[in-house]
Amino acid sequence: MAQLLKFELVSPERLLRSGEVQEVIVPGSEGEFTVLPMHAPVLSTLKTGVIRFKDEGGAEFRVFVRGGFAEVVDNGLIILAETAIPMEELDQDRLSQEIRNSQEDVADAEDDETRAKAQQALDHLQQLQASL
Amino acid sequence: MANLKELKDRIASVTATQKITRAMQMVAAAKLRRAQEAALAARPYSERMNQVLSNLANGNASAEGAPKLLAGTGKDATHLLVVATSERGLCGGFNSSIVKIAREKAVSLMSAGKTVKILCVGKKGHDVLKRQYSQQIVDLVELRGVKNVGFVNALEIGSKVLEMFEAGEFDVCTLYFAEFKSVIEQIPTALQLIPAQISSDNKAEASAPNTSGACYEYEPEENEILEVLLPRNVNVQIFRALLENSASEQGARMSAMDSATRNAGEMIEKLTLTYNRSRQAKITTELIEIISGAEAL
Repeated sequence: MAQLLKFELVSPERLLRSGEVQEVIVPGSEGEFTVLPMHAPVLSTLKTGVIRFKDEGGAEFRVFVRGGFAEVVDNGLIILAETAIPMEELDQDRLSQEIRNSQEDVADAEDDETRAKAQQALDHLQQLQASL
Repeated sequence: MANLKELKDRIASVTATQKITRAMQMVAAAKLRRAQEAALAARPYSERMNQVLSNLANGNASAEGAPKLLAGTGKDATHLLVVATSERGLCGGFNSSIVKIAREKAVSLMSAGKTVKILCVGKKGHDVLKRQYSQQIVDLVELRGVKNVGFVNALEIGSKVLEMFEAGEFDVCTLYFAEFKSVIEQIPTALQLIPAQISSDNKAEASAPNTSGACYEYEPEENEILEVLLPRNVNVQIFRALLENSASEQGARMSAMDSATRNAGEMIEKLTLTYNRSRQAKITTELIEIISGAEAL
């Protein structure tokens, strides 16, 4: 695969990754999608989940994200995440913290739609915790 | 010629002051490095955010029913000035330069018959502004206990601003902070938050071939995205301003303390010279007294 995709993953605290990758799997709010080189322009919101991407060499990386946006323009993907933590740095403590946050979100939700979303995020987090 | 004891005390006190300023300078230097890293790390995010927003806005801003955060309320009768300053003093002209541009704006707005509201972030700016504008200050957010500015702090301020906006308490919101250029240069900056301002260079970027004509697929709907993106943008810009501010504050403090240390050094040199002179003069006088006393015998 000669063609590569320009990929940038930024959170408010730092620039996590900037470089060329083969493919990125993005947890979009309407469902997961894979971005390959020459993808059509898309703007999507993110749900809580894990971004997976393969760098030039084909090594796979996983980054936990919570909320944010993904923008595909001109063979480049920019992800603006609210929170982004590489999976290697994600530990039980951090995850339990996120779960507590989510539980609060579920409790605070004012209508069914936001509650469903928050519940979904919570489920995902709990799955993730079980798999760790 | 001042008496020797007095001079000695002066020298001791200046030396003590110099020790303090030197320590403060070193602390500021250490903090600066961290703050600078954080500020630089946050820049890409807010820049990309702006880029995404300007791409979106180009197709949406003029459209009917565009979100108020993007298009504005259609009036500009009430202005909210968010003035971000530091919690501590002794940092040169840092606070006063931010307050100065905010005050200039307030004066010009008020003379144009507009209502001005001020939201202070940081105690130092509040201290100065409350003397003149105690009527206009609506709130004060203190970041006293905060060691490293986190996104939560920005969120706290951002949600206050958004709440006020939704309640229709103001039409235009401008954020004042100091952009960090280098240790010796911090630029007091005014940034319009609401309605979202797409800066001119971003517009140029957006119209450049690499991003123009991007016809997005939206997932979910465009308006839904804008609804999330716009408040987020406000928070992100505030966050960035806070980080820039903390880096600028440390930079300003470092250079202020550096010159204070140098001044103290000069002062000690001068005082020591005077001290030695008067000591010598005293010895000479004593010798003359002894000699003339011996001759008289």
